[in-house]
Amino acid sequence: MHRELRFCAVVVGVSMGGVEALRVLLGGLPQDFRLPVIIVHHTSPDSQSNLAALLDSFCPLRIKEADEEEKIEAGTAYFAPPNYHLLLERDGTLSLSVDMPVCFARPSVDVLFESAAKACGPGLIGIIMTGGGSDGSGGLKTIKDMGGITIVQDPLEAEADFMPRSALAAVKADHVLPLKGIAPLLCALAERKKEQ
Amino acid sequence: MMKTSDIENIEISLLLEGIFDVYGYDFREYAEASLKRRLTQWLHKTGFAGFSEAQAVVLRDRELFSDLLDGITVNVSEMFRDPQFFKAIREVVVPHLKTYPFIKIWVAGCAAGEEAYSLAILLCEEGLDGHYRIYATDINERVLQQAKEGVYPLERMRQFTHSYQTAGGKRDFADYYTARYDRAILSQKLKNNIVFASHNLTVDAGLGEMQTVLCRNLLIYFRPALKERVLTLFDGSLSNGGFLCLGMKETLSGRCISGGYKELARGTRIYRKQYA
Repeated sequence: MHRELRFCAVVVGVSMGGVEALRVLLGGLPQDFRLPVIIVHHTSPDSQSNLAALLDSFCPLRIKEADEEEKIEAGTAYFAPPNYHLLLERDGTLSLSVDMPVCFARPSVDVLFESAAKACGPGLIGIIMTGGGSDGSGGLKTIKDMGGITIVQDPLEAEADFMPRSALAAVKADHVLPLKGIAPLLCALAERKKEQ
Repeated sequence: MMKTSDIENIEISLLLEGIFDVYGYDFREYAEASLKRRLTQWLHKTGFAGFSEAQAVVLRDRELFSDLLDGITVNVSEMFRDPQFFKAIREVVVPHLKTYPFIKIWVAGCAAGEEAYSLAILLCEEGLDGHYRIYATDINERVLQQAKEGVYPLERMRQFTHSYQTAGGKRDFADYYTARYDRAILSQKLKNNIVFASHNLTVDAGLGEMQTVLCRNLLIYFRPALKERVLTLFDGSLSNGGFLCLGMKETLSGRCISGGYKELARGTRIYRKQYA
């Protein structure tokens, strides 16, 4: 993590319709993107987790499934493994848990967002995209409360609008954008320096 | 002035120190994020204003400490979680186990007993009944009591049945339990070969010579130093040629004991202790 940068990580929560949304979002980020990206994508517990490998094959960014104790690095996107919660520790490493599902989900967006907000404070960017259910709304609020930046995909164009709507009901998001607008915004935010 | 969140982190580490000194349970080397999440949930439930307030009572009231222990330990697993793992046990590990006159297996961190019973079912189907004993241990006495009873919500049986079949189960899963109202009671026959006992991996010694140690999805909660301690404990409890089974996202690579082990097939997380 660059110490002079305003932000230290991006976290993303996405559910139904997520494959296409992630393709557009991650496909829009350059290989030398300045921040790590950590993603919870709801999948069935016994799904073979090949989405990360698939996206990695045609996105400039390095994309992989998260391993325990892994140190997050710029230019890399990490997926929560199926059937595990993914958390960010204060020392910048990832950890996993098999605690009970939260909002019927494991991995849960709330679990990732809340841990990352505690680890990064105001240095976190949180994004909620297409999906059913309300997982992620509480976590996005925590990010906002800690002074981070919140982004929600415009429900009007999301494939499933419940998750973005639920997030917007919980948080006055800093940005509500169509899918195509999110990556360019991230690129601009990622360059921001800490105010002296 | 320090931030509120920093002060809370200090309160938590003081609480964990106190718990270790008073009760001997050591959570100081647990990975922080998920422990903190569970501690915070427990705190909200109890109604204490903060961890310092809770600490004053927890250190004096054993009942409240048991309640905290329930809140911060992971007490639920699944039967035949990761069916492909149990399939590999059946197909690759069991043939080796059959060469022993008697097999001892340690299920460490057994929670409510789901994995121990899964293993008992599998060994029974492989004709090993009477030739094995499972030592299933956990640090939480309350959850061990549940494990001994072997009673689960009936609604979970649908998922367990599916996993059992995917794992190569040979019979009708319903043969192994009796349904009573909304509960499923596992058959006594499975319980005969399992010893449930209290054991604390962070401070206690090993259990003596085992042919297999199963500890899945527990090490993910530990910091590296504690992982090393526990793995060394397992290593000391395993006979040569024995098997160490970890969770699907846990690995031996990079650990002190890794040199003496070989993974059966990449990604199975079943490691065989090499003959020295």
